[in-house]
Amino acid sequence: MINVRAIGHRAVDGIWRLGYASRFFALVLASSGTAFRRFRLIVREIYFAGVLSLIIILVSGLFVGMVLGLQGYNTLQTYGSESALGVLVALSLVRELGPVVSGLLFASRAGSAMTAEIGLMKATEQLAAMEMMAVDPVARVVAPRFWAGVISMPLLAALFSAMGIFGGYLVGVVLIGVDEGSFWSQMQAAVDFREDILNGVLKSFVFGIAVTWISLFEGYDAPPTAEGVSGATTRTVVTSSLAILGLDFMLTSLMFRGI
Amino acid sequence: MPGSMASDNLIELSGVDFAYQRRPVLTGIDMAIPRGKVGAIMGVSGSGKTTLLRLIARVVKPTRGEITVDGKLVNELDQQAVYDLRRRMGMLFQFGALFTDLSVYDNVAFQMREHTDLPERMIRDLVLMKLHAVGLRGAHRLMPSELSGGMARRVALARAIALDPMLIMYDEPFTGLDPISLGAIGNLIRRLNDALGATSIVVTHDVEEALELVDYVYYLSDGHIVAQGTPDEMRSSRDPLVRQFVYGEPDGPVPFQYPARDLATDFRLPD
Repeated sequence: MINVRAIGHRAVDGIWRLGYASRFFALVLASSGTAFRRFRLIVREIYFAGVLSLIIILVSGLFVGMVLGLQGYNTLQTYGSESALGVLVALSLVRELGPVVSGLLFASRAGSAMTAEIGLMKATEQLAAMEMMAVDPVARVVAPRFWAGVISMPLLAALFSAMGIFGGYLVGVVLIGVDEGSFWSQMQAAVDFREDILNGVLKSFVFGIAVTWISLFEGYDAPPTAEGVSGATTRTVVTSSLAILGLDFMLTSLMFRGI
Repeated sequence: MPGSMASDNLIELSGVDFAYQRRPVLTGIDMAIPRGKVGAIMGVSGSGKTTLLRLIARVVKPTRGEITVDGKLVNELDQQAVYDLRRRMGMLFQFGALFTDLSVYDNVAFQMREHTDLPERMIRDLVLMKLHAVGLRGAHRLMPSELSGGMARRVALARAIALDPMLIMYDEPFTGLDPISLGAIGNLIRRLNDALGATSIVVTHDVEEALELVDYVYYLSDGHIVAQGTPDEMRSSRDPLVRQFVYGEPDGPVPFQYPARDLATDFRLPD
């Protein structure tokens, strides 16, 4: 009986929290006016969320592309179609790996930092102090970070894919010696701008909203203690990663069902 | 304060109750702080002192009763009016609550930039004046992480008076300070209040320091005001609760032992 009640409590708590997070999301959108009027606030956060994530995104992209080049070559070679290596590398990256892997990296690099920062600002009463100075912390602190995340994510995903394609080229063409002309021309012929590239950008845009929303909410909602903030940071990474994977499946099934 | 005319009081609370999740925190609070004075709210930890400040700043609403600040009933103000009121209040938080991503200079300039259209040159002069008042003009380039506890508290004080508020509230301003910083903060509270023509409320359990500098004391216990008076009246009070607090006696009306089962049961003594 007690177990049933505990399960019920958890379910109700979860739904309540989801509702609270949705209201928070609506509040962030409604409080975004200040951020856009003072765009420098957003630019500053783009530096912290986007620019400082560049190294991990670029290096990971390069290595993922290089591995794709190696594995792809091994498999394609069996069927004598190694000239399609460029297509394989580009499509895997642009459609899936670019948005998903850079989203996961963004969640653990920038998302966790946002949660920790907001959580600590709350724990050290900085948000309360702002509120006391008649400055709305959601408009001044949360909204600029939200838009910075939403703007940064698609750009990071695009850079990840570009770097990955370069990695595939390095391994496939420079190292193994696949024909350079067919590598690029087949890629150009097979990758469709609307079907593949725009859909990939759309995915990373959606992931950007999800990750930043989760990170900011977890930080804003964190209990104002050391354990509270560390727990919230962990939850950000876990929840964002699951959200990215779940959303990716849904988006893929909507976007590519004709194929 | 009893006896003073109503219009002379910057802050008045009458019959204020506050409950948090149906648990009463404050009950039947009557209080008045006259303009230009420094009032203290004292009491042991958890007696509801900080909640009183939050009520005055309308961070929370009372469950019952009326709170008036500068002639305005704060219970009924909408968000915009609350913000307008808060622009005329400064608050010093327990550990300063400086914005850690901004320099000392930008912390003090924060409200001027948010709420005024002053040119940057004028802001610079104002910021340096405020920092000069707390003795830290030379530290304006430092980041909060480079400050000692006492310095951080003084910067926070400069930030709290940035817009020359009519009311300055201090939440445990002496906690965790060395004797020199403690004396400096105590001195500043009094001096700034008198120089700015402001009114101040100090929430503290630091008896000696507070009794030296304030004009009037409200003593809070379990959410009730159980004693009040001038510092001298508090020192000579016969109320056992006040005496225990003022002279720091370990046992008394506030018991040393946390409530427990009786001794014989816990140590399994024979009857």
